[in-house]
Formats: sequence, C-alpha cells, structure tokens
Amino acid sequence: MEEVPQGCPGTGSAQAGRGASCQGCPNQRLCASGAGAAPDPAIEEIKEKMKTVKHKILVLSGKGGVGKSTFSAHLAHGLAEDENTQVALLDIDICGPSIPKIMGLEGEQACALGHVFRTDTVWACSTVLSPPVYLSASIDWATLLDSGTQFVEDNLGVMSVGFLLSSPDDAVIWRGPKKNGMIKQFLRDVDWGELDYLIVDTPPGTSDEHLSAVQYLSAARLDGAVIITTPQEVSLQDVRKEINFCHKVKVPIIGVVENMSVFVCPKCKKESQIFPPTTGGAEVMCQDLKIPLLGKVPLDPHIGKSCDKGQSFLTDAPASAAALAYRSIIQRIQEFCGHHQPKEEHLVGS
Amino acid sequence: MLRAQGRAVHQCDSGWVPVFVDQEQSISLMSVGFLLESPDEAVVWRGPKKNALIKQFVSDVAWGQLDYLVVDTPPGTSDEHMAAVEALRPYGPLGALVVTTPQAVSVGDVRRELTFCRKTGLQVVGIVENMSGFVCPHCTECTNVFSRGGGAELARLTGVPFLGSVPLDPELTRSLEEGRDFIRDFPQSPAFPALSSIAQKVLSEAPARLS
Repeated sequence: MEEVPQGCPGTGSAQAGRGASCQGCPNQRLCASGAGAAPDPAIEEIKEKMKTVKHKILVLSGKGGVGKSTFSAHLAHGLAEDENTQVALLDIDICGPSIPKIMGLEGEQACALGHVFRTDTVWACSTVLSPPVYLSASIDWATLLDSGTQFVEDNLGVMSVGFLLSSPDDAVIWRGPKKNGMIKQFLRDVDWGELDYLIVDTPPGTSDEHLSAVQYLSAARLDGAVIITTPQEVSLQDVRKEINFCHKVKVPIIGVVENMSVFVCPKCKKESQIFPPTTGGAEVMCQDLKIPLLGKVPLDPHIGKSCDKGQSFLTDAPASAAALAYRSIIQRIQEFCGHHQPKEEHLVGS
Repeated sequence: MLRAQGRAVHQCDSGWVPVFVDQEQSISLMSVGFLLESPDEAVVWRGPKKNALIKQFVSDVAWGQLDYLVVDTPPGTSDEHMAAVEALRPYGPLGALVVTTPQAVSVGDVRRELTFCRKTGLQVVGIVENMSGFVCPHCTECTNVFSRGGGAELARLTGVPFLGSVPLDPELTRSLEEGRDFIRDFPQSPAFPALSSIAQKVLSEAPARLS
C-alpha cells in the first residue's frame, strides 16, 4: 500500500505538490494543480447524505480508557429501546475498533465496502454503498424462536472498520490521510437510510479522526459533542483540551459525562473513590467552564462484564444505579437535541 | 504526573535539554506538554506534524548517557507509533512493553497492537495487566471492577511473557496528581510490590530478549 510521504505539507497548503517531499508522491500532480486547495466535494456529498439523519452526536474524550466506547454503545442501546427511533452508531476509531465487540457483533462482516482495503491510494476509492450491520444480524434465529422472545433490534445499525477486518489480530497500521479517507467513506458511502440519531464514537485525542469528522460533517450540522471523563485531574486536564478543540472547530458542547465516579463494594456496600477527584472532579470543572454536567456514572463491575459479552448493560441490570444514571444522561441528550430541531420541525411540533 | 508541569525546556549546544524530575537527576522527561503556553491548550495536529515533532524528540533532545529510554505512546497503531519506531530503530536495541486491562474489550484492541509490533519488527518484552482488581479499603474484599483474566489470556494467545498484574490503588492516582512521592508515602500499597516486580523482570529479561 502506498504511503503519503514524510513531510507532506498537506493538500490544502500553498506548498501542496511543490515541496521537496512531494517528489515521487502519486498525488503530486493533483496537489500542484491546486485541486487540493479547493473544498473537498465530499463535504457537499455528505451534507446531502446526512439530510435523512435528524441528529448527529460526536462522543469525545481527551484520555483513553475513560469509557467512551462503552458510553457510545449504551447511548445507542438506550435510544434504540424505543422501536420507533432509528439509531446508528459509527465507530471511527480506525486503529482500535472495539464497538463491534461491545455491541455483540464481533465476527460480523460489512457487505460490499470490504474491497476498499485493496485499493492503492485513498484518492482512488470507488463509491460503494453498504448498509450498516444491524443488531438483528447477530441473532441466532433458531434459539430466539425456541425461547419465545420477540425483540429484534433492526432499528440499531453499526459501522466500524472492525467489520472490514478478517481476523481479530489484524492491525490497521495507517497514517492520518488513509484514516481520513476511511472516515469520508463511512460518512458518504454507507447506506445509513432514515435515522433519528447518528452517534459517532471517536478515538481519544484531538487529531486526524476528529478533524476529519468535524470537517466532513461541517455542512451537515452536527448537533454537538458529548465529552467523557473520569474524576481525576489527569483526565480533566485532557477534557479541557477537548473543550478547547470544540470551541476552535465550532462544535456545540452538549455536556460532560463523568464516568467511574464512585465504587460501591458489593460486599459491604460502602462507597470508595477509585479515581479520586483531587480537583473536584467534573462537577467543579463544569461549573468553572459553564458547561453542563450531564451526569455521573458509578463504577459498576457489571458494566465491563456486559461489554465483554456484547450485551446491553441497560437490559442486564436495569435497576442498578449505573443504569439509572445512564438513562438520565440519555434523556438530557435527547432534550438537547429536541431543542435544536431544524426550523421546519419547530412549526410542526410546538 | 511526574510533578514537572509548568517547567520550561531550554536549549543547549547539543539540543533541547530534557527536564529532570528528581533531585538525583536520574529521570529526565520530554513531552509536548512543556511546549504549550497553557495546559488547556489543545494540540490539534494531523499526522505529519506529529511525526516531525516525534523525530525531533528523538534526535534533537540532549538526552546524554541513558540506561533506558521509556517512550509512552497514545492508544492505537498509527502515526505516533510508526514515527517512534522509525526514529528509534537506528539506535537499537528497541523493545515494547504492552499494557492491557483485564477486560476482553481491551484484549481485543491490544491483540492488534501486538500485530503492529510483529509487523514493525518490535520485540515484545512482555505484557502488563493494569487496573487488575480493587481491594475495598473498608472490608478488604477484592472486586474485579474491569473483569478478569485479560493479561494472562493475551499472553496465552500470543506466546508473549506475562510480566504481572497491577491492582487499582486510588492512593497511587492521588499521589501522582498531588505531587507526592508515592513510594515514600504508601509503602504498604498493593500496587508497589506489583510495579516493583514488573520493573525487576524488565531489568533482568529485557537485555536478553532484545539482543
């Protein structure tokens, strides 16, 4: 597979195609012609595609390991519990695609989009429509009919690079430009259909994936971002950078979720703080920065177990403090999105 | 985490001077954190810019004589990881310590990290399982808050040595954030013997594995 050269000045730069490091790059002529400086046509194409998607939510975190993918998955599960709500979850963590496992879809393969991995350059990818993988795909129909249960989740679709990899050991060792191309394809070439919510799960940080997601969705109106943190200052410090990023790229902030807030010992039922909020946790930070704190989720060992089994924690332990916290947060997110309807819908709904 | 926030990086004839974090000057540190005007400033860079800085961190910092250079990376198998391997390879020997939590979800991602190591010719010194159980301070019951068995499972799947598990200790977190000397203040912590044992294994086994 061909790589973008080291020291690539960037396709939008004045030096595009003209720099010393551009020599020998397969895209040199394209860049030198000035085509790279023009806005990417994909932005308009994605805007058209996203017309059938009512609400788009980015889930961000500054740090890794704070439970962002767990939250994204359960946000999707929670919204999809209403069978009249169409939900999709897009995993743009290209190098660490854990969403298929958390959603119980490990081993599923996406149709048609698979061959994009064999093209040589990002620019030459052909447009191929692929539907997302629906949760109903993972159901063992024989067992389901025997057990007499009725639920079928065909209102929750998932897309991830994980569905395009043939082995759980396959690594996606890609630099930024290739990851960006994949994200563009996910947004433009997946047959999302009519959706009430598109949730975009991201890797930690403020880099290529985040810039690309925001850039490609720039004309399609992102409702906003939910930022996940744990109570520690080390995590909050990175959240402040994430908030800074949202301001820079003009993405509204729906609010912050504090994960792994408190731990209740299953034996003695006493509370402990495994990740101590040495500077007051997310609550103080949100007050200082005047950003909504959507809620605090306690550290419940059952959450991890449900994720490992690919099941929804909300159905596994519906009365637990953590499930109640999740539901309250999901409701606040729905309220935020409801207040930010496009103008035509305000006339109908009010 | 090493109580070096707010320190400045100076230049000398041989390049940037790394920041020493202890009195004895046995641990020095370089991070993009030292180059930011404010700790809240977001570094919103695409790959090529990150790669360039990583190269500079390797070749333009006056590290001096070192027994070990430990490189902390973000999660993933992308620009930073490739840049670090490329920049450091000429200075061998080079190895990797791979960290997971006990959960299957973490193991799922770390398997791909191990493939990255194999493909880039990075010798893996061993696997560490972090956040491995929490002992309730009220009743001493140990709970597996992030499931169990991931580290050993990963080692079994891949044939890489399992170096040990580090339990969750809130005092370790607190110490790191309040600028206290963890080892001096909490010698009874269950995390300390675990970390110490892993460090010993690295010191004794790394030279043989990396030669």
